[in-house]
Formats: sequence, structure tokens, C-alpha cells
Amino acid sequence: MDAAMIKEIGEIVVRMLIIFTAVFTGVGYMTLVERRVSAWMQDRLGPNRVGPQGLLQPLADGLKHLMKEDIVPAGAHRMVFVLAPILVLVPAIASFAVIPIAGDAINLQDLGLPWDWQIKPFIADVSVGLLILLGLASLEVYGVVLAGWSSGSKYPAMGALRSTAQMISYELALGLAVLPVVLTTGSLRLQTIAEAQAGTWFGFIPHWNVFIHPFGFLFLLIAIFAETKRLPFDLPEAEPELVGGYHTEYSAMKFVMFYMAEYSTMIANAALMVTLFFGGWQVPGLALSQPWMFLIQVGAFSAKTFFFLFLFVWVRWTLPRFRYDQLMNLGWKVLLELAFINLLVVAMLVAAGVM
Amino acid sequence: MSLDTILASAASIAAIFSALMVIWQRNAVISALFLVLNLGSVAVLFLTLGGEFLAAVQVIVYAGAIMVLFLFVITLLNPAPLKERFASGPVMTGLTFALGVLFVAALMRGIMSLAGAGGVMASVGEEYGSARSIGELLFTAYLYPFELAGVLLMVAMVGAVVLARRQTAGED
Repeated sequence: MDAAMIKEIGEIVVRMLIIFTAVFTGVGYMTLVERRVSAWMQDRLGPNRVGPQGLLQPLADGLKHLMKEDIVPAGAHRMVFVLAPILVLVPAIASFAVIPIAGDAINLQDLGLPWDWQIKPFIADVSVGLLILLGLASLEVYGVVLAGWSSGSKYPAMGALRSTAQMISYELALGLAVLPVVLTTGSLRLQTIAEAQAGTWFGFIPHWNVFIHPFGFLFLLIAIFAETKRLPFDLPEAEPELVGGYHTEYSAMKFVMFYMAEYSTMIANAALMVTLFFGGWQVPGLALSQPWMFLIQVGAFSAKTFFFLFLFVWVRWTLPRFRYDQLMNLGWKVLLELAFINLLVVAMLVAAGVM
Repeated sequence: MSLDTILASAASIAAIFSALMVIWQRNAVISALFLVLNLGSVAVLFLTLGGEFLAAVQVIVYAGAIMVLFLFVITLLNPAPLKERFASGPVMTGLTFALGVLFVAALMRGIMSLAGAGGVMASVGEEYGSARSIGELLFTAYLYPFELAGVLLMVAMVGAVVLARRQTAGED
């Protein structure tokens, strides 16, 4: 291998390492955040024994699940039963490949490292990045349907049925909610959408899409709560009704994979909201030299994403659950129409040259 | 061999293999899964040809929407796996074989005529296959077929709703 090839592969490996390390750490610690925040809201302590403030709890949980017995039920279709958790986790993780975490590429030499490698702020630069994200989100349904079917038992089957219906219903509204942003930006590339949100109005209001498309953001937020199956839309996993939903029969690492998929979908969707509506990595009025610019932008992106993750947890422990017919009515008879009207209005304004 | 060629070959082999498995599997769920794999491999083929938009649409529409509904219905009905292969006499087998050969011959003829044109990839520009160029084509050169297809789908959808409603009304 010649030097150029080593450099090219090195650049790809480094940016994959950065993003996936961040994602997996985030997934692990989201479980802790969820437990500690819920405890805090309910005036309890939560897990605080393993390490300082319970910070080693995710590691302990991981180890525990690794050592548990991995049971495949007698009535299960073995191959599909093993395949299902993989099919849920892979699209959830893969969606991070197109999300930009900073503005410009950074050279490793700027960080005081000996390699002259340009590290781009995303893994893959796709011209239709937004569509790839939507496509991957729609693929996650497979793992859920198959988990329910292959378990060969009625509660998982009912859970899978509910979640499939729910995910299909809200996917349409989700797509329609993000389209106005595409109309005003004129691109499906996520980095272009993030770059278009630079600058401010009157010097203090950031030029973020949320101020241009407040309704689009609201619809997206609701659709994402349903897509990630979080309260108040967590009917697929409603434990008092369904034991545990589609993953009832799963144990040990396979069960953990469903949880990892759930939390990485949450992080991906939070990052999507930040990129589309909150300027992505943009910090208004900030101009620094590398590497500080890169580091602060990554920090800003992480902070904004964390805010939405906190919102997910906050809402989960605040609101009660919807009834199933209410959920379907909201999705098909309210949200879809409103998102469509919003899209039409924005399209007309763009055509008239106002936006 | 470039990375693209390797990827395209792998995707082609996966597409052919999965297409065969769709027919050979006796379990309807597994068959549907191989069909998803087939659609995915075709999406990868689009990607290697520079059609990022087409690849994304292929995944969203076919793999993400249509096949999910297929699978949804299949798992809901949960049919028992076929005990034996479809019974067929010598006439049916012969007819199937002849039609298959005819189809492959027609396909090969089409591909050969393209290969004679001096390479397909050389003739496309930078914007080829982008969301913008496909959108422009759909709303200018192919406006009428596009709108007609839209009306057709709408009629089919309304028809399906009407049929479903009539049945439940009869049961009440």
C-alpha cells in the first residue's frame, strides 16, 4: 500500500471512529440519563452506586447482559429470531453516516498529531442525505415486524402489529414535515442545509429554520415521538397491556440490541431536528481558527442534540399514554393534513418568491 | 478492478441470488425477506451507476413502504409453509422453460444493443440522476404520463377504500 492509499483509508477510519464512538457512548449514557432524570422527576435517587454518580452503570449493565443466558423460545423461527435485532440496530446506527457534525474539515496536524490527514465532519457526503435518513428510518420497521413474528407468541405479535401500523402512519407526516425546509434551502444534502442557516437577523436571532418553519418543526417533533415509540406514543411497548411488546421473548444481548437501536434512533432523530431546524453545528457570530472552530462546532452540535434527548426523557416522564385509536386519528386525520397544508403554503410562498 | 466494479458485481450476484431464493423458499415470510434483499441490491446497483436519488427512492418506496405492508399482511395472516413444491405436469414445465429462454434472449438482445453504442456511462453528465434533473424531466417532458400515473394511483386507492368499506357495511 502506498502513502496516498493509507492516507485515504486513515481519513475514513478516523471519522468513522469519531462518530461511532460518540454514538455508542451516547447510547450507553442515555440509559443512565433516562434513569437518573426519571428518578429526579419522581423524587428518587436512581442508580448512583456504580462509580461516581453512577457513571459506570452503563458498563455494568452491558456486562450483566453479556453474561446472561441467551434464550431462543421453542416456537421461534430461529434464523429470523436472530436476524430481527440486527435489522433494527443496523439502520439506526447507519443513519449517522450522513449527519454533519461540524462545518469544515479539520487537519489532524492542527490537533498536534503527526498525520497530515483531513478529517471531514461526516462519514459520507451524499447529495440526497435527507432521503437516505428517511429511507433508513423506514427500514427499521422490518426488525420490529420480524421480531414479533419470529417469536411465535401472541404478545410480541400484537406489539409488532401495533408498532408497524404506528411507524407507517407517522412516517408520511414525518416526510411531509421536513419537505418545507428542502423547498426553501433547495437541497437534500444535509451539510448544505446546515450551512444555509448561517448568520442572524437583527444581529441576535440566529438564522435557523425553526424561525422560518415553526409548524414544520412542531409536526416533525410529534412525528418523531411516534417514530421512536416514546411516550406519549409508546403503545407498541405498553407494558401493562402487552408485557413488553415485540421484544418480550428476547433476552441477554439480543434484548440489549433492541434497546441500543431505540436509543440510537432517538439520538439520530434529535440530530436530524438539530440539523434541519436549529442550524446544526452553527454557532451564530463565531469565527475562530482551526482547530478551535471544529471543536466548538462539534460541542455546539452535541449540546443541541442533548437538549432534544433531554426533552424526550422529560416528556416521557410527564405525559400519560394515548389510546390506540387516538394515536391513529391524530396521525392520519390531523397531523398528515396539517403537514400537507404547511407544505402547500410554503411551496406557494416559494413559487411567489416571498421565501 | 475498481471499488465500483467490485461493488456492482457483488450487488448483481446478490440480486440474482435473492431473486432465485424468493421463488425457492417455501415460507412466505422468508420469501418476502429475500425480495427486500433483492430490492436493496438493485438500490446498490443504482448507487454504483451514480443514481443516488433513484437508490434512495427505491429504498424508501419499495423496501420502506410496499414491502413493509406485504410483510405486515403476511405475518398477520401467518400462512403455513408449503409442504411441497407446486405440482406441475410436463406441459407446464416445458412452457415455463420456453418462456424463460425467450425472456432471457430478449433481455440479452437489449443489453447487446446498448453495449454497441459505445458505453452508456460516457454519455451522461454531472447532473444526471440527481433529484433536480429527474424532477425537471418529470414536470416538463413527462408531465402528462406523470400526472396520469398519479390519477391512476388515486383511482386505485379510492377503489380499494370503497371495496373495503362495502364489505364491513355488509357484515354489520
